[in-house]
Amino acid sequence: MTAIKSIRSRTVNLPSTNIDTDQIMPARFLTTTTKAGLGEQLFADWRYDESGRPKPDFVLNQPQAKGCQVLVAGRNIGCGSSREHAPWALLDYGFRAVVSTEIADIFRNNSLKNGLLPVIVDGETHEWLLANPGAEVVIDLESCTLTLPTGIAVKFPIDAFARYCLLNGVDELGYLLSKDDAIGAYEQRRE
Amino acid sequence: MTLPKTMFEKVWDRHVVVPETADTPAVLFIDLHLTHEVTSPQAFQLLRERGLRLRRPDLTLATMDHSTPTRTAQVFGGEPISIESAARQVRQLEVNCAEFGVELFGLQHELRGIVHIIGPELGLTQPGSTIVCGDSHTSTHGAFGALAFGIGSTEVGHVFATQCLLQRRPKTLAIEIANALAPGVMAKDLILAIIGRIGVAGGTGHVLEYRGAAIRAMDMEARMTVCNMSIEAGARAGMIAPDDTTFAYLKGKPRAPQGAAWDEAVARWRELPTDAGARFDSSVDIDAAALEPMITYGTNPGMVVPISATIPARAGDPAFDKALTYMGFTAGEPIKDQPVNIVFLGSCTNGRLSDLRAAADVLRGHKVAKGVHLLVVPGSQQVRRAAEKEGLDRVFLEAGADWRESGCSMCLGMNGDTVPKGEYAVSTSNRNFEGRQGVGARTLLASPLTAAASAIRGRVTDPRDVLNG
Ligand code: SF4
Repeated sequence: MTAIKSIRSRTVNLPSTNIDTDQIMPARFLTTTTKAGLGEQLFADWRYDESGRPKPDFVLNQPQAKGCQVLVAGRNIGCGSSREHAPWALLDYGFRAVVSTEIADIFRNNSLKNGLLPVIVDGETHEWLLANPGAEVVIDLESCTLTLPTGIAVKFPIDAFARYCLLNGVDELGYLLSKDDAIGAYEQRRE
Repeated sequence: MTLPKTMFEKVWDRHVVVPETADTPAVLFIDLHLTHEVTSPQAFQLLRERGLRLRRPDLTLATMDHSTPTRTAQVFGGEPISIESAARQVRQLEVNCAEFGVELFGLQHELRGIVHIIGPELGLTQPGSTIVCGDSHTSTHGAFGALAFGIGSTEVGHVFATQCLLQRRPKTLAIEIANALAPGVMAKDLILAIIGRIGVAGGTGHVLEYRGAAIRAMDMEARMTVCNMSIEAGARAGMIAPDDTTFAYLKGKPRAPQGAAWDEAVARWRELPTDAGARFDSSVDIDAAALEPMITYGTNPGMVVPISATIPARAGDPAFDKALTYMGFTAGEPIKDQPVNIVFLGSCTNGRLSDLRAAADVLRGHKVAKGVHLLVVPGSQQVRRAAEKEGLDRVFLEAGADWRESGCSMCLGMNGDTVPKGEYAVSTSNRNFEGRQGVGARTLLASPLTAAASAIRGRVTDPRDVLNG
């Protein structure tokens, strides 16, 4: 995994609340056995019409969304299914961070494991972002801050261990494997 | 004197391999890892890429359920699986399980079924254990006093490689459910009412413990229905203290402890319930006696009303209006008598024998309304055979229903069973998200009784109207 220090990007907004992982990645695309190319199907039912043509009124199909790496979503994004295909698709599409006031547990976990930053902000910051689509923000993982173009910087919470792994580009499996002795001892104790 | 502990704390503490610190999460040992074809391929690939073996095949079990067909001809009749990518996924699981030594209940296996149905029916789901699966409805197994939760595919790989997970300790939320459910009101109605009350994010960061008289009175299958939908309230896990009902269910199951080991296990399990005086981080009180059959009207499980209510309005909430538009509903209309095109009876929420029995009791001697398609999909092959043994399949077929092989089926649109665009489905499954049951599908979540009653009338129907004549 590549290390993440900070992200500077314009934002794209999806203000709907409770965006579930079935919207992010509809089930009919889950018969894949790899992670590759899932960005094509990201938000498929919102993004394309029945004949597969992009719907012009959907924000990701509009020119200003091009190149945006930060998705600002309504409250409680990522609820529902545990499918990791959701963060895989967001990353494959080009997003590197998701910002909301609440982010569902499993989706947040899955995102951290793949280098998609889940950024939880307060209601006021969220409202500002929703009111100012396309704002250029800086998300800095070193200081755990999101800085608005107004210069205001807000702190966001992130698990210390996940942050360490992301900053250093190491994955969590290496750490778990290093605990082999402790796991073996536990297994023996339980026999 | 030791401090009083919640059931969750007892299970957690016994599985900590390396304790949590400010810098690192706990390393938590996993007793049972269930896996299926959809969320495992990338995890098996991770093992290959790293040159790792699967640490504990003896604690790992695979089944296929999500992308498998339910038509007998495709399962047993030699007809190819109609969705090519699904067929590939099924084959990939066979290859992966053979390569890494994992026991697999393949497509034609007599014990195959939905992953959350087969764990309990084999007696693998046991009190006090930690259970994970790359599937959010793993919460189902909490009905036995297990700590059971869904994980992503990367974590599936972690458990394959180390039989452990990195976890921060969640908070606890007690749901106290007093009194008894009224006749015609099921466990499904209770959990829908709970989600309506605390909201779809109400349990985020928490493990729920369902307690109280209504829970004690439930059989294991009803308890599983309740725990199953914990994730729909945002909670990764929901638990119910084991008791004599739990032990009676597990006794004699093929993979439960036997003989002297059984007695020892039960003695251990009796220590699990939350101690008097233990503290939960928060709690909610529900009066079971006040509940009616519940049904959803929107596009998440928290958008739910009693069946006698009208569809609510929420001024100044565009997401709410968007949901009603998607559903084709208008605020202020009654939910009762809304037209129904499809009724789906099945899923890990309501695909067990007691669910099929409840629906059959309503359907016996009736016909499904003209133009309505009733699809009955047992949760496992064992459930299917048990239902056939007592003639439930006859009841369904005589009513005009479709009786299928087990699987996730119409719970999610990836195996060929889908709700056509714009049609209304009363479904006993657990998610009414946009497109969940098919592109443009409109889902109303309800109990097996409500589903069966609605199939007969072709309209959303209070089952008590049918049951009482
Ligand atoms: S029945 Fe539905 S909710 Fe349950 S495991 Fe299958 S797809 Fe998931």
